[in-house]
Amino acid sequence: MELLKRREAWNITYNHALGETASHFYVQIRDHAKIVGRRCGATGRVLVPPRAFSDQTLEPTTEWVDIGTGGRVETFTIVYEEFNGLPPPPYAFGYVLLDGADTAIGGFFKGVDLSDPAKAAQALKVGTRVTTKFADKRIGDVLDFWFEPEGK
Amino acid sequence: MKQPRVGIIGIGQSAFKPKRDDASYPDLVREAVVQAMKMPQLEFSDIDSIVYSLSPDAMVGIGNAERLGVDAVGARNKRFLRINTGGATGISAVAAAYYHIASGASEVVMTAGADKVGECGDSQTVLNKIWDPTYERSLPLGTITMLAMSAIRYAEKYGLTQEDMAAVVVKNRYHASLNPNAHLRKTTTIEEVLASRMISWPIKLLDCCPQSSGGGAMVLASEKYIRDRKLDAVWITGVGHCSESYYIGDRMGRGFTADHADAFALKGAFDRSYRMAGITEPQKQVDVAELYAPFSNTEFHSIEAAGLAGLGESVKQLREGRFNIGGEIPVNASGGTLCTNAIAVTAMIRVAEVALQVWGRAGGHQVKGARVGVASGNGGDHQFFGTMVVEA
Repeated sequence: MELLKRREAWNITYNHALGETASHFYVQIRDHAKIVGRRCGATGRVLVPPRAFSDQTLEPTTEWVDIGTGGRVETFTIVYEEFNGLPPPPYAFGYVLLDGADTAIGGFFKGVDLSDPAKAAQALKVGTRVTTKFADKRIGDVLDFWFEPEGK
Repeated sequence: MKQPRVGIIGIGQSAFKPKRDDASYPDLVREAVVQAMKMPQLEFSDIDSIVYSLSPDAMVGIGNAERLGVDAVGARNKRFLRINTGGATGISAVAAAYYHIASGASEVVMTAGADKVGECGDSQTVLNKIWDPTYERSLPLGTITMLAMSAIRYAEKYGLTQEDMAAVVVKNRYHASLNPNAHLRKTTTIEEVLASRMISWPIKLLDCCPQSSGGGAMVLASEKYIRDRKLDAVWITGVGHCSESYYIGDRMGRGFTADHADAFALKGAFDRSYRMAGITEPQKQVDVAELYAPFSNTEFHSIEAAGLAGLGESVKQLREGRFNIGGEIPVNASGGTLCTNAIAVTAMIRVAEVALQVWGRAGGHQVKGARVGVASGNGGDHQFFGTMVVEA
């Protein structure tokens, strides 16, 4: 028998409030090209991206800490497939432990030739030293910065 | 005092397919429900409560689709709860059904659901929306990329090649070829997996689960109900859940409590199930396992979290055939999540499949003599892990 279908697309708008902690973090990035973290008073652990409380001690974090621009790759992936609503491939992204932080922050990797997957994976392997680069025009978002292997 | 047991008396599942144009969403739920009630010859009036298994609404494209499911499960005048813990939804739903009975609130509980992932053209886009809009939404995170990043850390920590990952696919596809309900039933080879296109390094197309459509349903009852009516049953003897904290980046760096390479809280969930079931040596006591692993690499850390191999030891053992049907502890004898993924019921099917195994009703993929089975489900980015022990 003839089987019918109905096509539809959801397009829903939200205005997410980021709250005090993330707002301060993004203003520092936007206005000063600087990454900051929050220290847990109980353990000294520095959370980047910053959070109002520690997921481990469940205590409020107590102070802002300036974080370095250098760091090491903790994990990564390189995407070669196109997904609707996500960036055009190929692209590399992952998590970096920035100097002065105890947790890793997500961001794109640039400055690596992605045409050969195996070679690109070697250039981004866990432990690779990277530097944080900032866009000239910044809006207060994680896309205002990215990571490139040191010496690039 | 030993607690009264909870038994599984009915199981229904679709033959999972990429698309089901012949059936609407509630039609698929109904399909599994009818099958599950046929096993013990139940009437809808015999069922006290419904636990509805439904993961993110956007995957089926119907907001609060449990509303539409009410009639398909015959819920009128009954208790009804919807459960959603992402990929773990199905096993969380079975656990909630278990708790209804163990608490004495109900005697007979049905859990059911369905998914039509194949109708959603943008499943990774939907799954990207599970990340917080504050810090991570702008990144192209999805379930594939998140678990590719686990593979990278696992490989760094213990050693893992793309050939090793391919061996999981070859094993599970062979198992699926024996299971008429599996979605991807064509056998494959290491070479074919390695030659498939790169999706998210190191995960290639054939390392990925499919987007499946189909339903699942199970009926659970109290030991008294089962004994009074002399019903045939298998028994849930262990139930455990455990969670990890939210941020992926906290599972790496310095002084982390759980490494993103592993499935740390899945081990916590198994420890709880094993303690409840009195299992002290899983490698000796477990006969068969259905472990939620939607990408080939994740089967390794799941096997280790289940205590079926030491940390970092599952890769070599898998390649030696220890987890094949016919091996010492078959893992994903149904073909597993890697061959069939109708997200809302995937983790329920893990429990259903080990139940069929210990019941001796698994058909072509039966593991000979299986008496003790374990199942798991993983939800979110390692936030929700559920495990169960099912015994004959």
